Amino acid sequence: MTAQLLLQTLLSGVLIGLVYALVAVGLTLIFGVMDIVNFAHGEFLMLGMYASFWGFALWKLDPIFTLPLTALLLFAFGAALYHAVIRRIIDAPMLSQIFTSFGLMILFRGLAQYLWKPDFRSVDHTVVEGKVAFAGLQFGLPQVVAALGAVATTGAVWWFLRRTRLGAALEATAADREAAALMGIDSQKMFALAWGIGAACAGVAGALLSTYYPIFPEVGSSFILIAFVLVALGGFGSVAGAFWAGILVGIVEVLGGFLWDPAYKMVLVLSLYLLVVWLRPQGLMGKA
Amino acid sequence: MSAPLLEVEGLTKRFGGLVANEDVSFAVGEGEIVGLIGPNGAGKTTVFNSLAGFFAPSSGEIRLGGLPIAGLPPEAVAALGVARTFQIVRIFKSMTVLENAMVGAMLRHRAVPAAARLGYEMLRFTGLERRAHEPASRLTVAEQKRLEIARALATGPRLLLLDEVMAGLTPSEVQEAVEMVKRIRDRGIACVVVEHVMEGIMPIADRMLVLERGRKIAEGPPAAIASDPAVIAAYLGEEYRAPGA
Amino acid sequence: MRRRWAWPAAGAAAAAAAALFPLLVARPTWQNAAILMLMTAQLGVAWNVLGGYAGQVSLGHAAFFGTGAYVSTLLSLKLGVSPWLGMLAGGGTASLLALLVGWPCFRLKGHYFAMATIAVGEIVQALVNGWDALGGAVGFTLPLAESGFWGFVWGRSKLPYHYIALSLLLLTLLVNWAVARSRIGYYLRAIKDEPDAARSLGVSLTRYKLYAIAISSFLVATGGTLYAQKELFIDPGSTLSTSLSIKMALVAILGGVGTLGGPVLGAVVLTFIEEASRIVFGGTGRGTDLVVYGLLIVLIAVYQPAGIVGFLRARWPAREAEPRGAGARGEGAT
Repeated sequence: MTAQLLLQTLLSGVLIGLVYALVAVGLTLIFGVMDIVNFAHGEFLMLGMYASFWGFALWKLDPIFTLPLTALLLFAFGAALYHAVIRRIIDAPMLSQIFTSFGLMILFRGLAQYLWKPDFRSVDHTVVEGKVAFAGLQFGLPQVVAALGAVATTGAVWWFLRRTRLGAALEATAADREAAALMGIDSQKMFALAWGIGAACAGVAGALLSTYYPIFPEVGSSFILIAFVLVALGGFGSVAGAFWAGILVGIVEVLGGFLWDPAYKMVLVLSLYLLVVWLRPQGLMGKA
Repeated sequence: MSAPLLEVEGLTKRFGGLVANEDVSFAVGEGEIVGLIGPNGAGKTTVFNSLAGFFAPSSGEIRLGGLPIAGLPPEAVAALGVARTFQIVRIFKSMTVLENAMVGAMLRHRAVPAAARLGYEMLRFTGLERRAHEPASRLTVAEQKRLEIARALATGPRLLLLDEVMAGLTPSEVQEAVEMVKRIRDRGIACVVVEHVMEGIMPIADRMLVLERGRKIAEGPPAAIASDPAVIAAYLGEEYRAPGA
Repeated sequence: MRRRWAWPAAGAAAAAAAALFPLLVARPTWQNAAILMLMTAQLGVAWNVLGGYAGQVSLGHAAFFGTGAYVSTLLSLKLGVSPWLGMLAGGGTASLLALLVGWPCFRLKGHYFAMATIAVGEIVQALVNGWDALGGAVGFTLPLAESGFWGFVWGRSKLPYHYIALSLLLLTLLVNWAVARSRIGYYLRAIKDEPDAARSLGVSLTRYKLYAIAISSFLVATGGTLYAQKELFIDPGSTLSTSLSIKMALVAILGGVGTLGGPVLGAVVLTFIEEASRIVFGGTGRGTDLVVYGLLIVLIAVYQPAGIVGFLRARWPAREAEPRGAGARGEGAT
């Protein structure tokens, strides 16, 4: 195997890893703010994909152009979901919390299958189709654009959390809900905001992926597992951790599939998850 | 003069940069009642957690009957004869009062009927026998604290760690609690009692330990502690005439 | 005093009804549905030992089901071992796997444990899927050899399967009941309620969780062998899938986690709902069963976490019974 091929593989791993990271950022944000693991997170991604697909199929709108709309749509959906369902189990026993988000996951998959049929869909001939050459290597343009879009969105979330008052309020709620409430920060608003941003992150990732990835009702399942891995690896609640973990896992996944067997890619990633979670439960950058 | 039941030497516990306990040393003899007091944040519950095995000390030694126990897990420490109650009551809410006590009794009695008999006896000791088959969640907080004590006693300990069992009790309830601690001592069980309710511990303690900001600042009989200027300053930061002094 | 007998009486009546059912109802589809109900109930009760009593929510239990199915099938196909012995071997293998997996996983709490079990379940499915010696994605077909008890296969009538399924369910209930009123049962409930308090009373959390998962996995695996002998075909999709793991957990949650009869009720209700939605929406593959599952899970989790049994108990609370000596009666005994 040549050095060039290795480099190509590594970089393509980074590209997909950056998209994984964006999905995980949304998941880790929700967890960091309210200690709830959103098993239905992959379905936000799926909905983002379908939103892009239908925009394209019905009105010939390119997913890249409808991206802001998809983000807003998923933001509203996430916040609405919080108010309709999640709000009721904030202080419920952990069993209830697990099964609520788990039930939502199944519900959304079933609804997607029922409404839009289990067939694989794709968006063809978008504005970003084609290839791009870089230092003698070749990459698909959609993959590159998706990675850049993911980085930009992750950066935007990071900037929001660190540089705006609202973001600081969110981080305060994540650090200590009661203390933040005593300072006048409305926990309910913060939770809804977290769900909105979390859903939007996954939705944007879905929209970006729709330019080259197959769209089907269960597509969320592969991404949610990887998102779990990233959140555990990077540290529950850590946006930066999710980002770096995404790059690492993207590389591991692609290398593993290349050197070993593509069918066992998930086994590798999942084993990595179990290893991390057993040896260092708080992850690389997480709060214990 | 036999060796003390519990010996603590140089107990230090750090959490990152925070020093919760620093170089705390004391001993507890068989059947003694030792009071552990100090302002909030002094590190009293941290000492308990180290004694009971929930924390491993950063340095120092703890010996129970001569046997080193520092760093052992809670279940091992319990088997060796140290029982404890919790500052915020942790009874088993899905069980009845008797079943709670039985879980404690099962440490020494594997068979359920034998554990039930011992559990019932402990309920009688703490005055809860008439509520044996009620859901434990229906007890008042004061009763739940008594249940925690019954449950802990059912493990047959040599040393009992009581963490603020008298908080929130009415004066007559405090008196009942005081009598109960005495009866526990009369059974040969040594007690280390963390308290803020002074009327609950001063009358019965053989010795008092005072912690402030992680360090032991005084040790001695209750009367001496009450008039110790360092202790008074720790609580109040100024001259204060202790009642009766 | 009447109330104390309400639940056991209902149970006995249900068992009698289940025993008489195939003699009164001859339609194959109904007979098959009844067997399915019994098998699903058995899995739910087995799952409940770990998930309901010990409070460790496993969403990867299909790994044990598949272990049972594959071990007995392989022993039967390659070595001619009777599936009854294979059932025991499968159970033992599943318990070993459970201990291996449980020991590191039990360090995790709550959500993290659940997520780890999903990961384990998916890994097992992916490994079997890719391993030709274990049949790969194609799976195994069991031969319809001479019908008979020792061979654990009957071609013409479904009746023997019904009674075996019923017996297995009753056995699983018996084990569950025995565990619940034993010291292990008390300790498991303590661990579920207040793990730190349990430790302070001398309870080793890991040891008792391992007991629970060993028992639970063994029982689930026996169900796997029964499935293999009934369907005469196994593959990763039918025996190791996460959706099967979900179903086991759902049945227990729907009926009432931590209760003896809860999963049975849950299996009955779920089977009815499945059949009803099949009739109303017409066939699976359209996602309607998922929608139904999902809605059920969410509604139960949000509004009635104690399940059907919890609902019934709230409606008809049992009076506190007088003790006989120092005998104890608690949640786990029902």
